Amino acid sequence: MTERTTEQAPPQGPRDEDPAAGSATLDTVTDPGPARGGRSRGSSSGGRGERVFRGLTSGSGLLVVVAIAAIGLFLLVQAVPSLMANNANFFTSPLFDTRDPANLNFGIRDLVVVTVLSSLFALVLAMPVALGIALFLTHYAPRRVARPFAYVIDLLAAVPSIIYGLWGIAVLAPALLPVATWLQGNLGWFFLFAPGNLPVLTGTIFTGGVVLAVMILPIITAVTREVFAQTPRFHIEAAQALGATRWEVIRMAVLPYGRSGYIAGSMLGLGRALGETIAVLIVIRAATTPSNFSLFDGGYTFASLIASAASEFSQPLPTGAYIAAGLVLFVLTFVVNAIARVIAGGKVNG
Amino acid sequence: MAKRLDLKDVDIYYGDFHAVQDVNLSVAPRSVTSFIGPSGCGKSTVLRTLNRMHEEIPGARVDGEVLLDGEDIYARSSDAVSVRKTIGMVFQRPNPFPTMSIRDNVVAGLKLAGVRDKKKLDEVCEASLRGANLWKEVSERLDKPGGGLSGGQQQRLCIARAIAVQPDVLLMDEPCSALDPISTLAIEDLIDDLKKDYTIVIVTHNMQQAARVSDQTAFFNLEATGKPGKLVEIDDTATIFSNPKQQATEDYISGRFG
Ligand SMILES: Nc1ncnc2c1ncn2[C@@H]1O[C@H](COP(=O)(O)OP(=O)(O)OP(=O)(O)O)[C@@H](O)[C@H]1O
Ligand SMILES: [Mg+2]
Repeated sequence: MTERTTEQAPPQGPRDEDPAAGSATLDTVTDPGPARGGRSRGSSSGGRGERVFRGLTSGSGLLVVVAIAAIGLFLLVQAVPSLMANNANFFTSPLFDTRDPANLNFGIRDLVVVTVLSSLFALVLAMPVALGIALFLTHYAPRRVARPFAYVIDLLAAVPSIIYGLWGIAVLAPALLPVATWLQGNLGWFFLFAPGNLPVLTGTIFTGGVVLAVMILPIITAVTREVFAQTPRFHIEAAQALGATRWEVIRMAVLPYGRSGYIAGSMLGLGRALGETIAVLIVIRAATTPSNFSLFDGGYTFASLIASAASEFSQPLPTGAYIAAGLVLFVLTFVVNAIARVIAGGKVNG
Repeated sequence: MAKRLDLKDVDIYYGDFHAVQDVNLSVAPRSVTSFIGPSGCGKSTVLRTLNRMHEEIPGARVDGEVLLDGEDIYARSSDAVSVRKTIGMVFQRPNPFPTMSIRDNVVAGLKLAGVRDKKKLDEVCEASLRGANLWKEVSERLDKPGGGLSGGQQQRLCIARAIAVQPDVLLMDEPCSALDPISTLAIEDLIDDLKKDYTIVIVTHNMQQAARVSDQTAFFNLEATGKPGKLVEIDDTATIFSNPKQQATEDYISGRFG
């Protein structure tokens, strides 16, 4: 009976900058550092600690940047000779033929199509489900249901990729066959559901996307649930006091607050889907003709192609071709991240 | 519009904890009643039972009757959501919806009530902001987010939001405690204006404030921690501050006034 959750929200709030700002104006002459007043006395030791800490933090920040740049540079250096020797157009050729080092013909057109299509399809499936589960867990389910349910969802993240792959091809693919047949029969005029480059409707991007959706569901759900649960009580009460129903409270207080977190979580999921290797390699069949931009295509993603070719990595030129592909995947995930930041940063709230 | 409130034998619980015992009081329409008393005596708890916000806390419950013009808001036929639509509340900490525009903040309650007419919404928005004494400061930036205002402006925005639906009763829980003296005065003036149209109940720790704004004052007290809070005395504000009937009230008031 001592915990007091409703009243007296913690004193530091997003609007409490005023005192700090006030002290900053007083202190400007002496110390432009962090505006916590009352530091001027012990300034020599405080200053040293401050400097060490700042050095440590900016140093480790720099280290990460350098590491990423080094990885990028490594990929580039390895890739350039192969790109020079390439006889096909790297961006538009659907072929990836490195069997003869003297006659390299490789392009990433189909890798991009299969990677992006399968990942986006997974995202489209997983995002609404994750949103629903996160809302259910944080705002509808009674606590004793929410706990075990959340635990089960988290467990999905612990299942090894290879198991997802086996499950996808052995269980899911046949189970999805009627769905795929129906979609193609009724919506086949739409390019996504048009006939693909595989003779059958199993082991397609469609199947792979569903597997990926299940795989990324736990990440998106976990992040989203976390931010939704942190919606400040006083935002929720603002809506409740106006006579908002539970759903209206969610719309007015929870979703605006959690929106950027939801998007960030989804982008984490997308990143995982773009890079997923072994499950995709098992589930999506190889195709012999170029992709038709259909969900019923087969083929390789960047990651699954590179993994499948690991045995060829003894010669530098063919290896460089795969490294070039890896470089594109690297850039792709970077771009996804940047986009996520722009979307999420648009309306961040305290 | 403005309605009267009567509490009859109200007991309030948080799970097993009996927080407030046996409250009986009446609030006349178009008047200001203030709740004063030491921290933890249950002022906020009582206030939150008046618009059924109390029951949002797991395990919380209320016994007794809370009558709004004679109708029990806890009757089986009434539900919390519709009660809250007619009994507005302003909180200690300003809580506008931070990403919503100022205009949308003000008319949020009307939209919940299903008003869609753009012209009507704009009219109410202006009238409420004028009523809350904020119109001049924000009329040029109604489309900017509510989170971008100063604390005092945010609190007046919250008041505008609460009065936009023309509530039967307006509840305020320490509405000035996060504000500077100037904003506080602005809000006290506002309460004085609002009392022409609304029934107001306000919780405050500032006894000068209670003396300045309210017609009637209720003093709550706590015998010991762990015991339920009680309504010690309720009377005209002038009487409470000059000539209280209970020793406890006298002690509290004189202790604070020094
Ligand atoms: N959510 C809650 N769960 C359990 N007990 C609570 C809860 N909120 C308040 N209480 C208890 O109910 C009693 C009354 O609290 P309340 O918040 O109404 O006091 P108050 O008079 O408003 O105090 P203050 O002046 O500090 O705001 C206190 O003993 C408090 O610990
Ligand atoms: Mg209180």
